Amino acid sequence: MAKMTMVQALNLALRQEMEKDDRVILLGEDVGVDGGVFRVSDGLIDRFGAERVIDTPLAESGIVGAAIGMAVYGLRPVCEIQFSGFTYFNFHQLESHAARLRHRSQGKYHVPMVLRAPYGGGVRALEHHSESREAYYAHTPGLKMVIPSGPRNSRALMVSAIRDPDPVIFFEPKSLYRAFREEVPEEEEILPLGVPVKVREGGDMTLVAYGAMIPPSLEAAEALKSNHGIEVEVFDLLTISPLDVTLIAESVRKTGHAVVVHEAHRSFGPGAEIMARLMEEAFFYLEAPVKRVTGYDIIYPLFARENAYMPNAKRIVRAVRETLAS
Amino acid sequence: MPKTPLPFSHQSEYLSILDENGNVDKALEPELPEEFLLKLYWYMLLGRRFDERMLNLQRQGRIGTFPPLIGQEASQLGAVAALKPSDWMAPAFREALAEIWRGKSMENTILYYAGYDEGGVIEKSRNDLPLAIPVSSQTLHAVGIAMAIKYRGQPDVAMTFFGDGATSEGDFHEALNFAGVFQVPVIFVCQNNQWAISTPLAKQTRSETIAQKAASYGFPGIQVDGNDILAVYSASLKAIERARSGEGPSLIECLTYRMGLHTTADDPTKYRDNKEVKMWESRDPISRFRTYLLNKGVLSNKKSQQYEEEIKTEIQGVVERSEELMTELGAPEDMFAHQYDELPPHLLRQREEMLDQWRLDQEEEKHG
Repeated sequence: MAKMTMVQALNLALRQEMEKDDRVILLGEDVGVDGGVFRVSDGLIDRFGAERVIDTPLAESGIVGAAIGMAVYGLRPVCEIQFSGFTYFNFHQLESHAARLRHRSQGKYHVPMVLRAPYGGGVRALEHHSESREAYYAHTPGLKMVIPSGPRNSRALMVSAIRDPDPVIFFEPKSLYRAFREEVPEEEEILPLGVPVKVREGGDMTLVAYGAMIPPSLEAAEALKSNHGIEVEVFDLLTISPLDVTLIAESVRKTGHAVVVHEAHRSFGPGAEIMARLMEEAFFYLEAPVKRVTGYDIIYPLFARENAYMPNAKRIVRAVRETLAS
Repeated sequence: MPKTPLPFSHQSEYLSILDENGNVDKALEPELPEEFLLKLYWYMLLGRRFDERMLNLQRQGRIGTFPPLIGQEASQLGAVAALKPSDWMAPAFREALAEIWRGKSMENTILYYAGYDEGGVIEKSRNDLPLAIPVSSQTLHAVGIAMAIKYRGQPDVAMTFFGDGATSEGDFHEALNFAGVFQVPVIFVCQNNQWAISTPLAKQTRSETIAQKAASYGFPGIQVDGNDILAVYSASLKAIERARSGEGPSLIECLTYRMGLHTTADDPTKYRDNKEVKMWESRDPISRFRTYLLNKGVLSNKKSQQYEEEIKTEIQGVVERSEELMTELGAPEDMFAHQYDELPPHLLRQREEMLDQWRLDQEEEKHG
């Protein structure tokens, strides 16, 4: 097994799926010759040619609209939108068509496409380059919304996303692109969409996070154990929508407490849905209100202030302790 | 039922007044006062030196990512210099010099790229929109401003900047179509710098020119040598006068070149040949304008050197003042400013929460 960054692991997933299936093609701005601005598709144009790794004109709606047509015709397009902050240009194509074609054609067509886009803050980026607006897509019936948290699961989820018969929005936490390496097996590995994974066992508290919030959540869990003897069970959602809280509710029935973490804005964010599901599925086991550690409901500040905006391990530790004390 | 040619009439012109060696076409040379010519030169030089300093600051980690404008001084300055202060301007994101000409303080430019939202402030003196990163989106705003100008019967015009890549976006085409349909006083200025990150113009559009795209929307388009400030200025002035007199929109395609990086996060060696960059270096907009002014006797080498000194001192002062400002700014609660006219109750609570959390973070860091 090779030690890989998330960028390399995603590149591996794309390369292997393209080798296995000639229906898989890539399209986007700068994905070919440049290999993508984050180099996720580096070298793929050399391997598969410009007909399968398509440098498009600068038009996000064009990219997604064309991908829908390709998918209807039987291809498996993987679009890259350079930053999630530019997916609003193509939002209409996702909402009005990608999400609805299966239904509108009463099952004749479906749209097996993936839209990849880097999301999230913490990299001292420009305006529109740091937001976490996964809720827009999770809120749209017909779309799936996936967010990996490390090299290995990003590869395994990307394979599932490409093979999925429905449109998948795949947000990549850009602050983790090169933050750490993991062993990623050369042989095929897949993770099912729609199933969260438990990444740490614990009996006192259920902590739910995803994407770039996994490292601070694990750091907080470690600090809570060593400094306060609190055992935290940590779940990585991996798929935001469709959301399955079965395992999380099971954990809450054991711990009686839950905290949800995301860098997305708080109001109407994924955390709100998770809390609502826990109310439905584990209300009588909750010993305290569920707390959220999230981005605030304001426009993401330019980077001089982003540390004060972004949830961190300290904030998570405090939220867990307050929840347990209440 | 005959098969006949359509009565489609459109002719685009290409305009060049000052060639790369500084030779001027006397018949086309605009008559401009000496002080104005020197002011243009001073600002072009300022744009170049400020850009170099910004790159330097970025490489030292004192500011974040920014898009250098080197090579595009004439094509942006020539266009805005033809505007009146009461006119409107909607820039893309590589128009720092156009913004400075319009009255943006360089301190604010530095603050913005150093990650301070305060740097985005629009000074009272200028009717400009903030820079727009989402490509082509601002072109529609300029059209809307022009529609409002027409509705109010004001003598103003709106000018918007965008790049060659932007001409692929839907917003661009919607903007041109609105402008044509409503015949509003807007000037579309394309900074055709040949590259949209790694995508060359030939892969952006099959059209022979960007100027001709205006024809589809029923108004004139002109292509100019974008590194020739006299051509850019003359074409802009003509388009502005046209718009001001109620004759509607125009498109100006400035042929120029992105001499530097898309942004400081970009590596052009991955996708373009350095020979091309060298070729464009010989078409530099500043050196030809300097030659022109020297030949004209408006500028002397001594004066040019004096400008360099003045500009160096000014930029040094700007950097110092902006870094001083940074020590005063940065209170985290200010991130809640300018969200709504009035901050709703839940945001007032979140502001308190954020401050509490931030203070606790600081304390914990202090005490390990």
